[in-house]
Amino acid sequence: MRARTRRLYVFSIAAVLLICAALLVVFAVGRTANLFYEPADLAEVGLPDAGQRVKVGGFVEIGSLEFLADAEIRFSVVDGSTYRIPVSYTGIRPDLFREGSGVVATGYFTEADVFVATELLAKHDENYVPRELRDMDPGVT
Amino acid sequence: MIELGHFAAIVAFALSIAAGVTGLMSRRPAAGLFSILGFAAMAFAFLTLVFAFVRSDFSVQLVVNHSHTLKPMIYKIAGTWGNHEGSMAMWCLVCLGFGAAGAIILRTGNEVFEARTLGVQGLMSGGALLYLLTVSSPFLRIEVPPLQGESLNPLLQDPALAFHPPLLYLGYVGYSFVFALAAAGLIEGRIDRAWAKTTRGWAMAAFVPLTVGIMLGSYWAYYELGWGGWWFWDPVENASLMPWLIGAALLHSIVVTEKRGSFAVWSALLAVLAYCFSILGAFLVRSGILTSVHAFAVDPSRGMALLFGLIVFGGAALLLFAIRAPSIRGGPPWTSLSREGALMGNNLVFFVATLTVLLGTLFPLMAEGLGRQMSVGEPYFNLTFTPIMALALVALPVVQAWGWGKANLSSLTKWVGAFAGVLVIFAILGVGAFDIALFAGLGLGLGVWLVGGATWEIWRRAKTWGRLWQMPARVWGMTLAHAGLGVFVIGAVVETSARFEKTLDLAVGQSATLAGWELTLDDVQSIEGPNWYADRASMVLTRGGTSTVLEPEKRYYPASRMPTTETAIHKSGTADIYLALGDRRVIDGDVRWTFRAYFNPLVDLVFIGVLIMALGGLFSMFSLSGARRKVGSKTPATTKPIEAPS
Repeated sequence: MRARTRRLYVFSIAAVLLICAALLVVFAVGRTANLFYEPADLAEVGLPDAGQRVKVGGFVEIGSLEFLADAEIRFSVVDGSTYRIPVSYTGIRPDLFREGSGVVATGYFTEADVFVATELLAKHDENYVPRELRDMDPGVT
Repeated sequence: MIELGHFAAIVAFALSIAAGVTGLMSRRPAAGLFSILGFAAMAFAFLTLVFAFVRSDFSVQLVVNHSHTLKPMIYKIAGTWGNHEGSMAMWCLVCLGFGAAGAIILRTGNEVFEARTLGVQGLMSGGALLYLLTVSSPFLRIEVPPLQGESLNPLLQDPALAFHPPLLYLGYVGYSFVFALAAAGLIEGRIDRAWAKTTRGWAMAAFVPLTVGIMLGSYWAYYELGWGGWWFWDPVENASLMPWLIGAALLHSIVVTEKRGSFAVWSALLAVLAYCFSILGAFLVRSGILTSVHAFAVDPSRGMALLFGLIVFGGAALLLFAIRAPSIRGGPPWTSLSREGALMGNNLVFFVATLTVLLGTLFPLMAEGLGRQMSVGEPYFNLTFTPIMALALVALPVVQAWGWGKANLSSLTKWVGAFAGVLVIFAILGVGAFDIALFAGLGLGLGVWLVGGATWEIWRRAKTWGRLWQMPARVWGMTLAHAGLGVFVIGAVVETSARFEKTLDLAVGQSATLAGWELTLDDVQSIEGPNWYADRASMVLTRGGTSTVLEPEKRYYPASRMPTTETAIHKSGTADIYLALGDRRVIDGDVRWTFRAYFNPLVDLVFIGVLIMALGGLFSMFSLSGARRKVGSKTPATTKPIEAPS
């Protein structure tokens, strides 16, 4: 095969692969990207559709952490705005999760406007602040 | 003492720059000497740091922040690199170490090339040391030494994590030498078969520890964090996966350059990119611009310095590349359906897969640029990375039998038939008989296809039992790497698609069931360790006649005011029963304990598969050192490039 034909082959295969990958990425981002909300955002724009996967973040309100039956915990996420997000999570809370600590939760809102968290951001280090929460004032709890 | 170390590090910086200057002036003996002396100075500096940790010298800021007298000795030592400044000191140590190793081992018969390689390595070592000494110095004293330190983050007080950073850094920073070899080759305009032969050994020397290092980190995440999983597609994990993928692509591309002289430009580009991705990874991890579940406290100003380094070295290399690439010769002609074509396909897939990981990792930044706070997680990677890689895995056993130049395609229909057969068998297994998910069945099929393909390939080459053991180490290396990949795929797919988890809420004496096991909470006791105290549950597992006890703990480390979860795992041969202890809670006057229980089938194969891959890499390295001896005894190692029209 001549070098030029060969190069053409390689480039066209590469182009097809890249285009497929790009389409796949666009499709995957459209389907799986999670929007992030703080309580202040929700106060402003309202809640996302029930069942849609989103992330919420803020601080665990002091005095709001409750232990219920069947390993469920409930707490409120606040950021100093008028809105507080009621969150329900079933399972073991991350080691560094406590009242007053920052939290980023992934999950969805129910029809009753409760946020059901399927995942709580578990950090490895006391002093680490997730980038989403860096501008917030921890004093609001 | 620590001042001596600080001074030695400054000396090491000066020596690195000296190696850089003399190296680029093509003075091989001087550059070699400066490289070795620079490493010696840095090794001394690093030892003074280790010594400060061992003695718990609390007049040193770093020791105060990350050590404690009650900590077991191994974690005092590991504490040296279990923090930002110390790990950067290790980065410098490894960078200078590779320079010194190169000064001693690198014998290509072309002294100018060697000198330039050491020169580039010297400049990069100098850059790393400049970063260490200016923005993240581990040698600082504290004015009023406290009586006690703040201890190492308890999550890091773990054997797997004590060895994870050194191995990872051998890999990341090992690519600096590959980068240096590529830069020296480009300066000379000589990226040929001899260059590829030399560089392949160093690329393998970085790839093997990187592989094991990632595996250890993943294993640590699996049993220490208590989340049941071994890979979370977190930015910190992706930061290590990207150099690994580029490194794997490089190993496949450089074989073509070594054997045929083709893909020279591409191999040089990958050699440069591997280290760029290592620095990019360090930047993403250290700067904190991405939210990570594995992140420790970070400092954005350090991130900027790393980004600057990345732009300087990456930019210089790419500029050099742009100038020299057009003048580099290609190899003999080949058709698309040939070993060259197959390896080109491999490289395209690995490269595109790396890009999807990069996009997914940087997505939050891009979204923020557009004014939205968004992120992608595991579902994104399952939809992009996984199918793209699956493409390569399906093709692998078929195309690895293809010859150089032009493949003999007479057995292609048999291969397609064999693949269809394997898939049908496992799809059926997956849907019905064995009560496993369809995807688990297909994944099992793909894994068996890979292991079978690797076995078939070495058998095809050997043809008899006697000759099987005489196959070159290099062929064994390839076989092990591909078989290990198959074992990994079996473990990964089966574990991911068939695992399940359950949250238990038990009082002492109560039971629950998981995957046919009955779990009875026998007791929960308070215990005390060297620098922690804990609640330890004892859970009795029974199934049929067998019975065992699991003892998960919730530890509290007073020195760092931090709780950790110590999981307990029962290995039943085909699956792990995995338990993590959660909160103690009092409900209606009843004391109850929360547990997270996981059933993780075949999870061991994930780690074993990766280790087999690394073993394959080691075999391949043995073949190189053997070859070098043989070549050395006959002719100098300057293989003539094949003359051919490009």
